[in-house]
Amino acid sequence: MNVAVAKTGSGRAVSDLFASAEGRLPGSPDVIAVRREAFETYERLGLPHRRIEEWKYTDLRALVGEVLPLAAAPDATALKRAAEAVKAHAIAGARKLVLVDGVFAAELSDVKALAAEVSFKTLRVTLDKDAGLLKTASTDAVVALNAALATDGVVLSIADGTQLSAPVQIIHVATAASASAVTRSQVRIGKGARATIIESFVAAGAAAYQVNDAVIVSIGDDADVAFVRLMDDAPDAVNITSQFVTVGANAKLNFFNMTSGAAVSRLQGFITLAGESSELSVNGVNLLKKTEHGDTTLVVDHAVPNCVSREIFRAVIDDRAHSVFQGRIIVRPDAQKTDGKMMTRALLLSDEAEADNKPELEIFADDVSCGHGATAGALDESLLFYLKARGLPEKQAQALLIQAFVGEAIEQIADDTLREHVIGIAERWLERRS
Amino acid sequence: MALLEVKDLKVRVEEREILHGLTLTVNEGEVHAIMGPNGSGKSTLSHVIAGKPGYEVTDGEILFRGEDLLEMSPDERAAKGVFLAFQYPVEIPGVTTMNFLRTALNAQRKARGESELMVPDFLKKVREVSKSLNIPQDMLKRGVNVGFSGGEKKRNEVLQMALFEPSLCILDEMDSGLDIDALRIAADGVNALRSPGRAMVVITHYQRLLNYIVPDVVHVMSRGRVVKSGGKELALELEASGYAQFEDAA
Repeated sequence: MNVAVAKTGSGRAVSDLFASAEGRLPGSPDVIAVRREAFETYERLGLPHRRIEEWKYTDLRALVGEVLPLAAAPDATALKRAAEAVKAHAIAGARKLVLVDGVFAAELSDVKALAAEVSFKTLRVTLDKDAGLLKTASTDAVVALNAALATDGVVLSIADGTQLSAPVQIIHVATAASASAVTRSQVRIGKGARATIIESFVAAGAAAYQVNDAVIVSIGDDADVAFVRLMDDAPDAVNITSQFVTVGANAKLNFFNMTSGAAVSRLQGFITLAGESSELSVNGVNLLKKTEHGDTTLVVDHAVPNCVSREIFRAVIDDRAHSVFQGRIIVRPDAQKTDGKMMTRALLLSDEAEADNKPELEIFADDVSCGHGATAGALDESLLFYLKARGLPEKQAQALLIQAFVGEAIEQIADDTLREHVIGIAERWLERRS
Repeated sequence: MALLEVKDLKVRVEEREILHGLTLTVNEGEVHAIMGPNGSGKSTLSHVIAGKPGYEVTDGEILFRGEDLLEMSPDERAAKGVFLAFQYPVEIPGVTTMNFLRTALNAQRKARGESELMVPDFLKKVREVSKSLNIPQDMLKRGVNVGFSGGEKKRNEVLQMALFEPSLCILDEMDSGLDIDALRIAADGVNALRSPGRAMVVITHYQRLLNYIVPDVVHVMSRGRVVKSGGKELALELEASGYAQFEDAA
């Protein structure tokens, strides 16, 4: 039975896809061999479905069905459209690295300004010599698909002790409709370095496209890092992002995700605290409407003692949208004195809105402090009435309360410009509602 | 034309009739006190005037400057000049008092077709009024009513009253939970707002509040009706004899 399911259309489609894409996939013959192997893994597994525990609430076979062929490399017209989208979504003062339809666009990027502080290469160049970046420990089918088909990405290295004078913003722009953009990037942050990295996903007029992105991040000892993902893809797009993050000792990582677009999306983050006395703050907001499906899945792995992790998630779900939060905290046998907590709250704005919340604590050490909490509910009628009695129309009263609800997660962003930018995204989402 | 006319109002909550034909007329510049025992329908009246959901008006009408108030949403009533000072003001975490005040004031002005108040003018006004009400500036930066004492919450209601400049203020049990000093500050704030163009309806269980906010007219409510109206001396009479006589009469 399972075998029969694995041979459905999606498997065959990707087979055609790989054959057609092979000619334009970067990499030496060795790299292509690694890709072929990854592709075979994907073909064997097929798209994840509800009988795979990790994907229980996000059945990609039912929600997505088929993987679309790779987008063509962007031409001059596509780049021009992308430039406008970049202008609209660029964060003031940040240095941009732009990927258009899965291909690095040097003419839209601030490579020169970046060069003084950051070592930068494209994935394409890296793969000429080395397939290392295509390998992860993950056994996930979408990650295997990513390794097979990644056309480009950015490879950043920030040297030990470097204090970045401006944030780096990686902007993924989609201009091609009904096509896939598959990217893979790496960010290495050296010991004692300080950096803010933003990854944005936006559309430039494109519709019904699919994004499969993977990011591999390593954070050195004593580093202080903010990593922010802002996913505002087109309303009928698909975005699957997989992040693999390793944090060294005495380091600080402040992670934030905002999902405010795409018909189907999943952010799966795998964060390993590999060095002692580090502090991790993971926060996020899902803003979902219509029939959107937004999944945030996080695995925080306390591999060593004395680390602190905090997770704050807020989901705002309107119409018939569906929000999924899966949060797993693993505390390894050696990871004594771990302090790990997560709190998720879902706000249901309609009777047909749905929230699934799956917290999991896997604790193998005996001297730890771990906990989780979850709530789901509608807007408080007594608060709404108070605001209306003071002159706020219904939608404006709702908007003010929704802003306050997501504010608790957003205010964890330390950088003022960045926080205001994220508040702006939430405000625009609320304006579209009313 | 009267500012507020409540005519033969009948109101149900979950199938149970609370107001059984209440009539009340309030003119501009007047201060009316509505007194009565618990459960007489005082708070129901205030909620229905403000437009709180959950109340079913089965008969009668409420006119505000001759307009049908019951046809308006709560925010429309606020923009027209109806203000309810809540008995239990809610706490709204994550919305600063300052942001709330500005958003509410501008929403009302927009509904009336007026331009938004400029920020410096707004700030100046908030500072003046909050100073007179003994509201510290840092309170305005906190979430609405979050961590406020009972007295601070009531003063915050008076602050809003002063900023929004409504023509009808309904004070629902303003004295509940306040000690004598807190009551005096709040009442001074209310008295400062008395003007020929503004009416007030002071709802209270006890005569005590009326020592500070002296009414022109006192109504006694019992079992969902106004059973007696008179001058301010009626309040003193009630203090001496209690509500029992009216309960029997109703």
